[in-house]
Amino acid sequence: MSTSSIEEYLQTLYTLEEEGKPATTTEVAKRLGFAPPSVTEMLTRLAKEGYVLYEPYRGVTLTDEGRRLARKITRKHRILERFLHDILRIRKDRAHREACEMEHALSDAAENGLCKMLRYPDTCPDGKPIPVCDRNERNCVTCEPAVESPKLRPQPLLPLCSIRPGQRAIVRFIRGGRMAVKRLYDLGVTTGIQIQLKSCAPLGGPVEITVRGSNLAIGRGLAAKIFVEEC
Amino acid sequence: MAEKTIKIALAGNANVGKSVIFNHLTGLHQHIGNWPGKTVERAEGTLRFGDYTIDVIDLPGIYSLSTYSLEELISREYIALEKPDVIINVVDATLLERNLFFTLQLLELEAPLVVALNQIDVATKKGIKIDHEQLGKLLGVPVVPCVATRGSGLDDLVRKAIEVYERQHPPSLHYPRFGLEIEERISELAAAVEQADTGYPARWIAIKLLERDPEVEKFVYSRRPAIAEKVNTLAREIDRIHSEPSYAVIASERYNVANQIARQSLTVVSPEKPSWDERLASLTVHRIWGYLIMALVMASVFYGIFSFGDYASSLLSNMFGQTRTLFFSTFGTSLVAEFAWDGLIEGVIAGATIALPYIIPFYVALSILENSGYLPRVAFLMDSAMHKIGLHGKAFIPLMLGYGCCVPGCMACRIMETEKERFLASFLTTLVPCAARTVVILGLVGAYVGIEWALFLYAFDLLLILILGRLAFKVLPGEPVGLIMEMPSYKLPSLEVTVKQTWFRLEEFVWVAFPLMVVGNLVLKTLRFLNVLPILEQAFSIITVSWLGLPAVTVTPLIFGVFRKELTLVMLAALVGTSNFATVLTGPQMIVFAAVIMLYVPCVATIAVLIKQFGYKRALAITFFEIGFAVFVGGLLFRALKLLPLL
Repeated sequence: MSTSSIEEYLQTLYTLEEEGKPATTTEVAKRLGFAPPSVTEMLTRLAKEGYVLYEPYRGVTLTDEGRRLARKITRKHRILERFLHDILRIRKDRAHREACEMEHALSDAAENGLCKMLRYPDTCPDGKPIPVCDRNERNCVTCEPAVESPKLRPQPLLPLCSIRPGQRAIVRFIRGGRMAVKRLYDLGVTTGIQIQLKSCAPLGGPVEITVRGSNLAIGRGLAAKIFVEEC
Repeated sequence: MAEKTIKIALAGNANVGKSVIFNHLTGLHQHIGNWPGKTVERAEGTLRFGDYTIDVIDLPGIYSLSTYSLEELISREYIALEKPDVIINVVDATLLERNLFFTLQLLELEAPLVVALNQIDVATKKGIKIDHEQLGKLLGVPVVPCVATRGSGLDDLVRKAIEVYERQHPPSLHYPRFGLEIEERISELAAAVEQADTGYPARWIAIKLLERDPEVEKFVYSRRPAIAEKVNTLAREIDRIHSEPSYAVIASERYNVANQIARQSLTVVSPEKPSWDERLASLTVHRIWGYLIMALVMASVFYGIFSFGDYASSLLSNMFGQTRTLFFSTFGTSLVAEFAWDGLIEGVIAGATIALPYIIPFYVALSILENSGYLPRVAFLMDSAMHKIGLHGKAFIPLMLGYGCCVPGCMACRIMETEKERFLASFLTTLVPCAARTVVILGLVGAYVGIEWALFLYAFDLLLILILGRLAFKVLPGEPVGLIMEMPSYKLPSLEVTVKQTWFRLEEFVWVAFPLMVVGNLVLKTLRFLNVLPILEQAFSIITVSWLGLPAVTVTPLIFGVFRKELTLVMLAALVGTSNFATVLTGPQMIVFAAVIMLYVPCVATIAVLIKQFGYKRALAITFFEIGFAVFVGGLLFRALKLLPLL
């Protein structure tokens, strides 16, 4: 079992999870274009390696380790798509196919370089969110100087929009340039502060949070730049 | 003792009650409401207090003294350059920590300061007890608790402000300090800045340089280019120590200080339990209930205005119906009497019977919506829809205000962050049917054709706004920015404020609209007397009759409508000699007429605001586009309505 095929499977499972669809053998087979029996076999092996929990006929869920790897490869895929589409002006569908090939060979350092060159993109050309990187930074500006072996975060971060309404979390990372950071800081959203998610408007609408006693409405675009750790 | 004139500025976060205090102090009626961003330009007024004449300046609400928005720039330049004698920093007692973040920045600027601890009553209700003397000691400035809506504590506030002025107190040396590693660097830089002789406090300049404030950098480096290198070194040292950029570090430090001061001066007595306003707040932004409530609120506002207006309008016209006969039987039917009646009196009567019944309930509803705190919730719910037309939810506030009058609507577009958004939002706001157009839509279409056709026109207008917004968004250059907005707590709108606000708006309406109606009617009468109208009607008949399918007489009201939209209906009544429009216009004609009025040319007052904000070229572009667009759409609507056999 090659690394790249593991990564392909994990990425597919991650996308399904993101879309909120159940990961059944048939669905995975359809997405990857393989026959269901071979998918079943592969999923069993992934379960053995500890990447997924697999109950035949019930579906698959990612383990924490599986999700970490899946996020990482999805991040590389979507950043590559952005690069191929925005800079090299390659059509979206072609960029997608090409990114599928390139993502397995892309080193972490090259991914970081691309991220900076593209000014910390939030989404892929199709508008799907790019997962946050695992460097232990508080925002993108301090990430600027090239570091040989960066410190990594002790635990993975979640996008603010993905936690449940009513839940409390600590802001750990704000993606983006100076403007986004500054606007959030002025209204009290600083790294290390505890916030509570009040509500999420449907259809990509804004989120409402409580921070330092005040209620703020934050548009989904800006909220997607805020990453938190549950508490 | 000689009289003294002093200048006091009101500064603070958005929606803390600066304008309420301003109104109380000056007796003026600066626009107030429960949503952040109402005050877009500074307002000035005077107050006489003992031997003092006090100029009071109301600044727009801001969260920080950086320069990321127009309001911040206006306020910072005013405070730093024009140096008011005293600044009253209005602070929301329920949000002490966040508000102190701004207070600390005013202290950094070494401004002579008095803190007005406002909404102390709401804080008490929420179980927050603030020791204002302790707070004053920690900040090193006087702190006065007050309740601006009731006017309590304001005398004391002014007295303290005068004290601060009289003491000419040396800038407070007491300001709270940041962490040692940052203070060291600030002092080092401040020493270098001192020699540059900037005219600003050296410590403030040093902090702003470390925050990499672009305006301050430009200003200082043009005098002392050598400082740039020092700033770079020091800022990078801070970056490295905290693994965060220096401006974020300084902002965090400021929040730490604010947090400490807040914690040392307040006690929370009762554990927070959700009160009615919090429960209402979460219900009105709920993903399902929120939209249902919004639809219900809008529908009942609309229906309420229409049914009240319709009732009152027919009542009034019955009342005035007999006046005409009475007038002519008293004064005879001489030419002078006819002139006096048609020109002067009928204008007033038509205004009173057609316009007022719809406008009064409208202003009441608008005032309640504004003061309750519901508008920001609507902005929240509409955010994703507004994104479709390249704007974010905040733009819904000017659009809503546009239903009242496009002038404050266009001014409220200043709450948008970028020039492109401001222009786009203003353009769309001019297309919203304002109260004057509502008079035409409800008074003509609603009353004679049916309420469902009036509703159709509103929906049609919304659709056109969406389409035009989408197109304009594609055409105009620039990137959209995301929404970030404070959601104020709900407040029970006070009867006094509602009555006052309705009265002031009505007063303005009566003073501006009624003279125009009278003058318009007089001009009309004169034109008729000179027999010019047929020529005008002939000249434009290709548009009015052939393309729009309207009677030729409508051209005159349409031209005069530039001044005020309700004038069109009043003049039409004068021209056809009756205010029973069913005798002169068919159903489809009424709909087309109302649609053209709804869309064509912003009124002169709106054009003036557009010129002020965007210059002649773009204001005229909007004006001429809308005339062409209204005629185009009106003609299509006429042809579409012909296909319907019902009307």
